[in-house]
Amino acid sequence: MTHHYDQARWSEAGGEVYESLLSEKGEKTVEIDDSALPDDLTRDSLSLPDVSEPELSRHYVRLSQQNYGVESGPYPLGSCTMKYNPPVTEDVAAVDGALVHPDRSPESTQGTLALMYRLQDYLARIGGVDAVTLQPPAGAAGEFTGIRIAAAYHEANGDDGRTEVVVPDSAHGTNPASAAMAGYDVVEIPSEDGRVDLDALAAAVGDETAAFMLTNPNTLGLFERDIEAIADIVHDAGALLYYDGANLNALLGRVRPGDMGFDIMHYNVHKTFATPHGGGGPGAGPVGVVDDLAEFLPDPHVRESNGGFELYTPEQSIGKVHGFAGNWLVLVKAYAYIARLGEEGLLDTSAKAVLNANYLASQIDLEVPYEPFHHEFVASAGERDAADLAKRMLDYGVHPPTTKWPEIVEEALMTEPTESESKRTLDQLADAFDAAAGDDDATLEAAPNRTTARRIDQTSAARNPRLSWQALDD
Amino acid sequence: MTGGSPYVPHTAEETTAMLDAVGVEDVEDLFDVPEAVRFDGDLGIESRTEAETKTEVAGLLSRNDDLTEFLGRGHYDHYVPSVVDRISGRSEFLTSYTQYQPEVAQGFLQALFEYQSMLVELTGLPIANASMYDAATALGEAALLAARVRETSGSTVLVPGYVREERVSVLENYGAGADLDVQRVTTEQGTVDLSALEAAADDDTLVVYAENPTTRGTIEPDLDAIGDIAHDNDALFVVGSDPVALSLLERPADVGADVVVGDASVLGMPTSYGMGLGLFATREDFLRQVPGRLVGASEDAAGKRAYTLTLQTREQHIRRERATSNICTNQAWVALRTAMHVAYLGPDGLLEKAERMVTLADEVAGALNGITGVRAPVDDRYHFREFVAHTDQPAHAIVEDLDAKGFAVHEIGEHEVQVCVTETNAGSVDDLVTAFQEVAR
Repeated sequence: MTHHYDQARWSEAGGEVYESLLSEKGEKTVEIDDSALPDDLTRDSLSLPDVSEPELSRHYVRLSQQNYGVESGPYPLGSCTMKYNPPVTEDVAAVDGALVHPDRSPESTQGTLALMYRLQDYLARIGGVDAVTLQPPAGAAGEFTGIRIAAAYHEANGDDGRTEVVVPDSAHGTNPASAAMAGYDVVEIPSEDGRVDLDALAAAVGDETAAFMLTNPNTLGLFERDIEAIADIVHDAGALLYYDGANLNALLGRVRPGDMGFDIMHYNVHKTFATPHGGGGPGAGPVGVVDDLAEFLPDPHVRESNGGFELYTPEQSIGKVHGFAGNWLVLVKAYAYIARLGEEGLLDTSAKAVLNANYLASQIDLEVPYEPFHHEFVASAGERDAADLAKRMLDYGVHPPTTKWPEIVEEALMTEPTESESKRTLDQLADAFDAAAGDDDATLEAAPNRTTARRIDQTSAARNPRLSWQALDD
Repeated sequence: MTGGSPYVPHTAEETTAMLDAVGVEDVEDLFDVPEAVRFDGDLGIESRTEAETKTEVAGLLSRNDDLTEFLGRGHYDHYVPSVVDRISGRSEFLTSYTQYQPEVAQGFLQALFEYQSMLVELTGLPIANASMYDAATALGEAALLAARVRETSGSTVLVPGYVREERVSVLENYGAGADLDVQRVTTEQGTVDLSALEAAADDDTLVVYAENPTTRGTIEPDLDAIGDIAHDNDALFVVGSDPVALSLLERPADVGADVVVGDASVLGMPTSYGMGLGLFATREDFLRQVPGRLVGASEDAAGKRAYTLTLQTREQHIRRERATSNICTNQAWVALRTAMHVAYLGPDGLLEKAERMVTLADEVAGALNGITGVRAPVDDRYHFREFVAHTDQPAHAIVEDLDAKGFAVHEIGEHEVQVCVTETNAGSVDDLVTAFQEVAR
């Protein structure tokens, strides 16, 4: 039984647009001539939308109805861990004590520091690492922070010939991008049967390697079983092993990056710990390190002192990676989520995330070339176009998986259902996969039909960029 | 089932049926993990009920002292209208992610398109992205953009002395990989000293940065001249500001700004211990070097206007180590809130707010200046939201004594404190002045 889906549509201005731009609803230009400031310090005029509060409210409610979130339906984007976001975390982040100014004295913000300290501690336990900074405002910012820490470590050891960071070809794009941003040459190594090729790794690392960045389980959902050998190869070369936390949801309470030999890791708290991603952020990307690297953590760091908490600068700190304390409210939500679940809840999370991925894969007709996988799998659309298939899945009322990546799998559909989907929902997802796969090419190419917008022309958007309402008339 | 995750929907029967379908007896059989790396310890994290969780977090945060804050220096508390909280909290917005399937994400895409458009109007520059993390990281990205578009033209980033240490530290971290060298330039009366800047700028200058208003709350009197010095040395002129100030102050584009950065969270978030929203706007010819997400207008198969992420070949998920930035998860939801707030205020409301930030600072500085032992403002300039006051007593003692009376101000020098006033604390100004009278002599 397949489901069908009709997304909200709004028609204004004779049906030419779905929901008018605010600027089309009413715009006003104000001349600025009689100001508290002299003319030469002010602009001449200001033109902005001018609508009443009720109109504004309707505008954004309509926009929300044209948007798909986790509470709209299943959202199995691979490596994104789009799990249910419990509303209780919103409530705790809204209490007055959470909204203090970042320049308040440590003495007057003992509550904030206490929560940070506890979260640092919980994350350290979950990661099997010795020290955690909460400052990086997203996973990629965590990667950049981690690589800067690696650089500082090698520099402190007088080991300044290390100019390369090694990544597997299955790595998330943020890994090479973060390494390059920190000034490293990126060396990509091929995979062998979907996992790190130990010979290729051994050949790639050496005196010039600063770090090897790895996701485990990797983007195919495969656990890197040779992780101990990988750690030995990397450490024997004098390099550091970096853990990309994007897939940590698969391991909670069962395997800890620190125990596997990783020296540095980041956590994607917006994935693993269920803080809402909000249309692309905010997230938070705390970084954990082993003891040897704790002195390089960003400034400031929270520690216990005389029964209270204080901010301090680690001895050889890399400095700051965010102007203030990172995405604090996201951290409050993550703390509440971890506290709500506790150890048993975290263990159950991984169990059901892995069960759900395996169950869903067993229910679809498409080929899944690499297994055994954990929390996510990559199905292949084979001869069909994975992007077209995904568009057709929208008509069946589900958000499709990540498409066409990783490139190791032909026409990839990278699927991560997460633990929060029920068997019934997984069956609906499986139906959507199979129904789309059973539709003819013309139907797929014409999809989607039941969404707010029909298939959108990406090519002309890029060829003729119109990035503001001011540019629409051009 | 007891002790599991409250957000896992499986009944015991369903779990059994699913295990059967997969062909294993126990879920542990699905973990393809060598024994040697399995964790068999105890994390020592107790689970709490939902009510206990709320009580615990609220209890922890209630340990924060309840002070009336007169704090700014890059983070400002403006009143957030209820409609912004209510509508931005709708789960279709809050629980969505990056718009990889634009056909079901038109709502967020349109809101981000509108956000970009508002920044275009406010900055005068034609390109704005859909968010950076905060002002500091946006500045770092601006320097990296400069290094890409001016490959042969030096590596020095000139930063006025008034810029927060924290911003400079982030800038240094971002610039380290590109071998950028951040240098401080002397300031005069809380604004850029043009002759010092002229002397510091040379062939090696890549970026000249200035803020308007500055970290000290001063309004730069001659941004044009700063831009000229940058351009005379083939450097980019980067201006830091925020949406409220931009509604009133001269448009960065009109004074030659090549990039505008800053923190737009002034209209998107309460202070929230420094959560930010980096704004980033630039020139058309740098379009393909812009970091971060861009939303563009296009058409759908029915010929109707539709929105989509565009120019993604700049981004890390496609370009990998040659991407213009590593940014992936950004601050989209905060950008949504800022757009809502700007639309709520409209041009009249936003301008009125900005004008009030000038007059309020002037009034409060005047009131403090009448107190024995205080001179304010220190800088002979127009001010926006905040100003520096000289205190005869050590600033440290003033700040501590004010704290004891329930007020927070910045200590920024041995005898200098900084005071920030917006509409949210304006009602407490009289009490602050009284407190100052008691502690300043």
